[in-house]
Amino acid sequence: MLPEFANYLLQLTLSLALVLSICPLTGTFLGKHKWMQFARSLAYAQCLCLCLAYLLLAYAFLSNDFSVMYVATNSNSQLPWYYRLCAVWGAHEGSLLLWVFLLSIWTAAVARFSRHLPLAMVARVLSVLGMISVGFLLFIIITSNPFLRLLPDFPLDGRDLNPLLQDPGLIIHPPMLYLGYVGFSVAFAFAIAALIGGRLDAAWARWSKPWTLAAWCFLTLGIILGSWWAYRQLGWGGWWFWDPVENASFLPWLVGTALIHSLVMTEKRNAFKAWTALLAILTFSLSLVGTFLVRSGILISVHAFAVDPSRGVFMLIFLVIVIGASLTLYAWRVNKVKTHIQFSFFSRENLLLANNMLLTAAMLVVLLGTLYPLFMDALGLEKISVGPPYFNLVFIPLMSIILCFMGVVPLSQWHHTSRHLVTKKLSIMLGFSLLIAFILPWMITHVFNPWVFLGMSLALWVVAVTLQSIFRKTKNFIALKKLNMSQWGMVTAHIGVALCVIGVVLTSENSIQREIRLSPGETTTVGDYQFRFVGVQDLTGPNYTGAKGKVVVEKDMKEISTLQPEVRFYTVQKMALPKTAIDANLFRDLYVALGEPLEPFEKGDWSMRIYYKPFVRWIWGGALLMIFGGVLALLDRRYRHYLGRLKQVTK
Amino acid sequence: MKRIKYFLPLLIFIAIALFFWKGLQKDPHEIPSALIGKPVPAFNYPALTGNQPLTNKIFIGKVSLLNVWATWCPTCYAEHAVLLDIMRTPNLVIYGLNYKDDRTKAEDWIKENGNPYQAVIYDAKGTLAMDLGVYGAPETFVIDKKGIIRYKHIGAVSPNVWETKLKPLLEKLNHE
Repeated sequence: MLPEFANYLLQLTLSLALVLSICPLTGTFLGKHKWMQFARSLAYAQCLCLCLAYLLLAYAFLSNDFSVMYVATNSNSQLPWYYRLCAVWGAHEGSLLLWVFLLSIWTAAVARFSRHLPLAMVARVLSVLGMISVGFLLFIIITSNPFLRLLPDFPLDGRDLNPLLQDPGLIIHPPMLYLGYVGFSVAFAFAIAALIGGRLDAAWARWSKPWTLAAWCFLTLGIILGSWWAYRQLGWGGWWFWDPVENASFLPWLVGTALIHSLVMTEKRNAFKAWTALLAILTFSLSLVGTFLVRSGILISVHAFAVDPSRGVFMLIFLVIVIGASLTLYAWRVNKVKTHIQFSFFSRENLLLANNMLLTAAMLVVLLGTLYPLFMDALGLEKISVGPPYFNLVFIPLMSIILCFMGVVPLSQWHHTSRHLVTKKLSIMLGFSLLIAFILPWMITHVFNPWVFLGMSLALWVVAVTLQSIFRKTKNFIALKKLNMSQWGMVTAHIGVALCVIGVVLTSENSIQREIRLSPGETTTVGDYQFRFVGVQDLTGPNYTGAKGKVVVEKDMKEISTLQPEVRFYTVQKMALPKTAIDANLFRDLYVALGEPLEPFEKGDWSMRIYYKPFVRWIWGGALLMIFGGVLALLDRRYRHYLGRLKQVTK
Repeated sequence: MKRIKYFLPLLIFIAIALFFWKGLQKDPHEIPSALIGKPVPAFNYPALTGNQPLTNKIFIGKVSLLNVWATWCPTCYAEHAVLLDIMRTPNLVIYGLNYKDDRTKAEDWIKENGNPYQAVIYDAKGTLAMDLGVYGAPETFVIDKKGIIRYKHIGAVSPNVWETKLKPLLEKLNHE
């Protein structure tokens, strides 16, 4: 009965979303206050219904209800309960339900925290969010219903969750990523509402900014969780593969980053409004395109046989309606927006604009690389796969230029910057960062590596100039308090980027990797470390069997740690997966992945991959700092009235 | 003139959407098999029921379908009902290839759900499936009278797939 009830809930939500998308928006044209006020109640009701539907699906997983096809395909009675809960979003149907559920949460949040906004604006924003919700609910109900039954012949046990997904990193990765994707819908809805109402102004930018920041933080977290998961779970020790699914999340991130900076310009200087609105539309459009690319299987033909072609067609129609309509609205309305603002060539406005153009260009080259196989195939030309060489070739130069500008921006001033003053300061900083970038790596490794030199000097340049810009503003430590949270956020996030760059360069250039055959008791040396293979034991888990190895790591005759990598064979899906063992600290990871037993088996030899990865944690650490910067900016006093309002309301 | 630049994003999007549309037209079920036009690789495997071993000679003389299935595959349940309908077609033999499965479970499955197969090859380790280039279950091969693979369908055989793809092909092969 319960899955049928959930089905009914979905249909109820669809009708609620339909009313939400039509009624308040019509109210703004007819000037009917009641209709506009109705939007809030509808948003809450929608969220409640979807929450219930989602809980019912989770319950079907927890109670092993294999008469539900989605549960039978993605779960198993032997699967631990926490993975059963995560299996809810382990495949297509459930991830879509999660998507639309999160959308309803964001919609309800907008309804809750928008009491200081004009009612017409709130009504328009909620209506636009309602329209997106209608599209996704229709998609779920027509092509991807997770509550379909397998009756009367249902299997006694399920097919199990894909073993690759049975990992703590994946428990929170998809919800975070989706919170980011879906969160950009709020910035999108604000832009569309402003375009409809003809009010693209500083107030619009101020309202959009906290929502954009929040979504950006979630997306960043989602991306690094995915990267961390791939690093540990796939056993190759890579942290970014430029594969289409990863790129799909990186595209909105690049434009979303540009959007945050553009919103600052519009908020503070009332400038570049058309550009900001376009970025808001693009960010969410790319989130949708990303979902389309991943869910339609259009790029990954090996995975495509599980895909129903009608789903791809439906999503494409939805994409064309949403993105096509919003870009048409943009082209039609935006030229009414006029900017009367003057600034000189060398000003913060221009520097920020240049950086935003570069971020957008970076997005375009990643998009081109991702879709290139598709273009070639559609034109009937030779199939060429685009891999890391292309992306590194185009992305590294663009990133380097972006970092150069990133250093200059904090020192520059709005409107006009005194060139003389800045040039003098900057040349000192430039000399300093080049010098340190040359000396420091050389002292440690005694070789000169041009890539390390380039990356280090860019990162140090960003750190040095950013820090100097604070001290220039404050002159002494006591005055540091005068900086507002937005500025602290910017400083933290920019230093995060620099740390991330250092991590990327040092890991890429100084890693040592060894694929090796080891007998029990044998020792191999990787870098400064001795790895002694002790042996392998049998292993039995809830839904897998396998082997557990033991490797003792020593440095300078002292034991550092004992690593216990595993190979697990998941019995239901008949899939073998390595479970790597990593000894991590701030400066290096020691990484061991077990391969397979080698003949003659009685000797107990195993093939193994042993990696030494310096500074790999800095990549994720830097990204965490970026998120922290985003959170600091969210706490800025200008947005605090949200919380103030909340307190008043609850009193 | 100034207005045109605001339409640029829309134009780029339309171009990309057209490519998406074209990309979707490629039927993902038609993954070309390297074995199409080649004879079924030689094999000698036990049958799921009975002691008679099965070899690649079984395909000679009649047009046949080789259906890859397993009890762990929910889609195979849905497909099974369709196969039970199809088995009544004149001049057609359906063979099963039970793939990476538990023997008792598979036997019970046939007993409970009915048997559309002339015989079922039991491939516990999936080695024959590997030779045939099977991606997963269900998949169905169309094999002509000389034992040559002519077509491969990936995914379940639905009534629609049967009427529009497999049936016309079988009729053509029967007249060869």
